[in-house]
Amino acid sequence: MSPAIGATLNRVDGRFKVRGESRYSAEIQLTNLTHAVVVNAKVASGRITSIDTGEAERAAGVLAVLTHRNLGRIATVPRLLPSLAGLAAPGQSFFPMQDETVHYSGQPIAIVVADTIERADHAGTLIRVEYETGPATTLLDQGRDRAYVPKRIFGGLLPGQGSRGDVGKALAEAEVCVEATYRFAPNHHNPIEPSASTAVWDDVDRLTIYDSTQGPNSVQLTVAELLGLPPISIRVVSHAVGGSFGSKAMVWHHPTLAALAARHVGRPVRLALTREQMFTSCGHREEQEQRITIGARADGRITALRHHKISLTSPFDDWAEPSLQSAAVAYTNPNYEGIYHLVRGNTITPTFMRAPGEATGMFALECAMDELAERIGIDPLELRMRNVSDTDPESGKPWSSSGLRECYQRAAELFGWHDRDPRPGSRREGQWLVGTGMASSLYPVTQPVNPQRAKARLYNDGTAVIEAGVSEFGTGVFTAMTQVAADALGLAPERVRFVGGSSDLPNITAAVGSAGTSAVGSAVHVTACELRDQLIRRAVGDDHSPLRGADPARVEVRDGKMVLSDRPDVGETYADLLHRTMTPDVEVLGTWNPPPQDAEYGIHTFGAQMAEVVVDADLGVVRVRRMVGVFAPGRVLNRKLAHSQLMGGMLWGLGQALLEATRMDPRLGRWANSSLGDYLVPVNADAPDVVVDTVELRDEAVNPVGIKGVGEIGVVGAAAAIANAVHHATGRRMYELPITLEKLL
Amino acid sequence: MRPISYSRVSDVSTAIGTVAADPGSAFLAGGTTQVDLLRIYVEQPRRLVDINDLPLKQVEELPGGGLRLGGLARMSDVAEHPTVRQRYPMVSESLLLGASPQLRHMASVAGNLMQRVRCTYFRDTEAACNKRAPGTGCSAMDGVNRGHAVLGTSDCCIATHPSDLGVALMALDAVVRTEGPAGQRSIPIDDFYLLPGTTPEREHPLTHGELVTGIDLPPLPVAARSRYIKIRDRESYEFALVAVAIAMSVVDGRIAEIRLALGGLATKPWRARAAERVLDGAPATADSFTRAAEAELAGAVPHGMNAFKIELGKRTIVRALTETAQREESA
Ligand SMILES: Cc1cc2nc3c(=O)[nH]c(=O)nc-3n(C[C@H](O)[C@H](O)[C@H](O)COP(=O)(O)OP(=O)(O)OC[C@H]3O[C@@H](n4cnc5c(N)ncnc54)[C@H](O)[C@@H]3O)c2cc1C
Ligand code: SF4
Repeated sequence: MSPAIGATLNRVDGRFKVRGESRYSAEIQLTNLTHAVVVNAKVASGRITSIDTGEAERAAGVLAVLTHRNLGRIATVPRLLPSLAGLAAPGQSFFPMQDETVHYSGQPIAIVVADTIERADHAGTLIRVEYETGPATTLLDQGRDRAYVPKRIFGGLLPGQGSRGDVGKALAEAEVCVEATYRFAPNHHNPIEPSASTAVWDDVDRLTIYDSTQGPNSVQLTVAELLGLPPISIRVVSHAVGGSFGSKAMVWHHPTLAALAARHVGRPVRLALTREQMFTSCGHREEQEQRITIGARADGRITALRHHKISLTSPFDDWAEPSLQSAAVAYTNPNYEGIYHLVRGNTITPTFMRAPGEATGMFALECAMDELAERIGIDPLELRMRNVSDTDPESGKPWSSSGLRECYQRAAELFGWHDRDPRPGSRREGQWLVGTGMASSLYPVTQPVNPQRAKARLYNDGTAVIEAGVSEFGTGVFTAMTQVAADALGLAPERVRFVGGSSDLPNITAAVGSAGTSAVGSAVHVTACELRDQLIRRAVGDDHSPLRGADPARVEVRDGKMVLSDRPDVGETYADLLHRTMTPDVEVLGTWNPPPQDAEYGIHTFGAQMAEVVVDADLGVVRVRRMVGVFAPGRVLNRKLAHSQLMGGMLWGLGQALLEATRMDPRLGRWANSSLGDYLVPVNADAPDVVVDTVELRDEAVNPVGIKGVGEIGVVGAAAAIANAVHHATGRRMYELPITLEKLL
Repeated sequence: MRPISYSRVSDVSTAIGTVAADPGSAFLAGGTTQVDLLRIYVEQPRRLVDINDLPLKQVEELPGGGLRLGGLARMSDVAEHPTVRQRYPMVSESLLLGASPQLRHMASVAGNLMQRVRCTYFRDTEAACNKRAPGTGCSAMDGVNRGHAVLGTSDCCIATHPSDLGVALMALDAVVRTEGPAGQRSIPIDDFYLLPGTTPEREHPLTHGELVTGIDLPPLPVAARSRYIKIRDRESYEFALVAVAIAMSVVDGRIAEIRLALGGLATKPWRARAAERVLDGAPATADSFTRAAEAELAGAVPHGMNAFKIELGKRTIVRALTETAQREESA
């Protein structure tokens, strides 16, 4: 039997999706179901002076109109903590509709519940609100003079600044210096399924929420604290989730609002956010600017890096995506200084967005590296090679595994990098200027801090069910877990079913930071191994078994049959053992304890990206012709899924580079393009020829399965490779994302 | 969504009669503009009269070599029609470069001409907008206006007309055929679109209940080698930043015939008459092309973010002329 891990198993949920049978959280059918619509503040700052709900209440079909005056009070708002921690994880430490204050445009100010969604929506427009508006800050430029350095950022997980060596001295002494400032437009996730919650109270202390989330347990714990209920009162179910990219990593207001509304009307409530509301309800990647100074010797060896960031956060939280994290350790570099600056603005707290931090921070570093290569007159790839670090420059510890050099080499071969004429503007095909660029990819390997659990049960026909409280939000985790369990149990994947998507299942932290598959994968692996070992122990201890008295360490399982490793003809199937002993099933609950954070290794994922672009010489239009990405993500569970994730990440990078920007109208204090018609993401016609490859790595330090994660690394460096290619094509450096054509006219 | 009543009619006079009788009513064709705007409360009809069963879907030959497009012909059917592709490629291309296949299967050509602007403030019922709520002001003037017009603007409105088809029709001097309570009319396409002036809420000369029954394309040999060029941020599924509809013939190095219209730049599909005047009879050279582009954009007015469109517009015109001239030479 060939191992399931690594094979290209089709998605186990694919059939249901294609047939339209997957049930998303806004599609749950319940008797007596009602529909809630959230009404949002239209000003960015101020106070509600009057809110007239009379007409809305009298509108046909309306069951209730809730405002800060009659919505139930929140017990406590838990502090902001990334959901990876496995505790309550609110998206921001503010809960709306508790008083008349408005902090940002789009803040929920009322909820209408009606018998149909159309009637609820219409009634919402009949609510008359008057505001006393206050001054608002919605752009970075409006608040630069009020910038401060936070103690900690990212929900308290990371310090607001860090340094090593003496960066000032090293820069003063550097033979070459490159200094540049990069600006990034705010970005929104835009998963195809807008967030939705369907809440139903079976009793005063028995609540079920069907929610589109990356972590059913985080929703359970967060809503429990907000409502002042014990966790046992709340069950969160997530059958299918239509993408997230970080928008469903934290717990935003809608599940709690749905629960409060359902309690108020005494009927189940479905609350589905609109596309427009997705721009103000689930965080975003914040508007930011980064200034980078690299000092180097004439041979390209980096001697110093100064990296500062300034960004807009909410009135409530010191949130910045950790843009400086990977850039700080990407290359050998003894002298370093990184500082976050924040400006409080009238916005919802920004949040994780695919490759949070790295998407922007590595863009800045990798564009500056390209400039450094040009300045010194060496090939950009050679510059990176000269600066590869075999240890974590911050801690001095060796990497648990890297593969970066191999990624560079493989990417260069696949791309044909070495044929490149380094002179900018040297290639032209008709109207098109052709350029190529490259960048390194780095993404940290984040580990959950708490034990991760799974349950495995083997039936006496030799089929198995594995359970863990993870949700399937499009990554293919259910499929990958089927493979992990199948291999550990020695069963064909068809004989294994993975069940997830509920907070009643064994506890797994939210699948964030590319750690989802490693967290649940490790738990599933440990649990399935434990179940297998238990069955082997039973067999060797059973007088009627052909394996009686054998050394359990010398028994293995092949296609459901336990056999002696050196004499595979001796053995019996799981089913035989269980039938003979009149056992209906065997079940274990397994736990994986993540390694301590201060292990003896530095742990990071590495990769290399290359891109070829064409730029219309007269019109400035940029199109990407081909991309090559080679990554070393540790163990690959399912080649097809992994490649899809990595390719999807690279195309995300393309969107970040050329298209994605949410535009603020500072006069109105609200986004001016909150629709998919106006917020442009790449379409199929923009997708170039994408080659994805992986470098095999064995990494036993990271977790028992050796997974480092594929969800975000594909994004990192893609935009920089494109921007560097634009420079190579045109001779012009791009300091602002996205690169729209007017910047090249 | 506001409560509405809905009825479906199968003959033209009932359609006209029903809408004309109720000022709160509107025609519903493919619904790809109408339903969107209904759902965001920008259009607030009380009654929708579904005209999809009307017998107005044909593409017919006209005596003398022209072609009549039925008002309810789908964008995709017109785009793929062999005669349209052969005699008026710019019409086919303007349609195929618009929207998405799914939308084109739903949307009618009359609806396409009647579609409303994509201005973000027009679609935000809380924002000031003279077109949606006359007299409230224009939020786009100093706002997020990267996509807005630089030609044909007024102090009241700078919204770009979004139709691609309209641009091709403008180059061809198409005629819009209508039928209303007062009878039938034929309206030259240039008169079918009004400049915003002080009344941006009025986009067409149609009376309430007047139905677009068809579009006549005149016989025009030069149109058989016409093209539609569309420049935008992404490769597909986006409105134009700049578009050019062009038909040109060159005889002995001189421009014998030129038809040029612009999209993405103006408050209505824009016939580039100033450029045409420069080009008519001029040598087909880079110098003429540049002078034509300069002449056309001479009166352009930028409004902040959209200033780049002036230069982009000129360069796209030059590109279209250069490429077409090269083709003419090699033909
Ligand atoms: C996402 C998106 C992208 C798009 N991209 C493009 C693009 O790139 N280029 C482009 O040109 N267009 C684009 N469109 C617009 C699209 O082409 C129009 O929405 C469509 O053509 C409208 O036709 P319809 O039949 O659906 O009209 P409807 O939505 O049914 O009607 C539109 C308006 O016309 C009126 N009307 C309809 N038929 C008649 C008639 N026979 N007589 C009188 N009045 C009538 C209706 O009352 C209504 O006011 C896009 C639309 C969307 C939603
Ligand atoms: S440009 Fe026209 S449509 Fe847009 S806000 Fe101004 S008046 Fe309204």
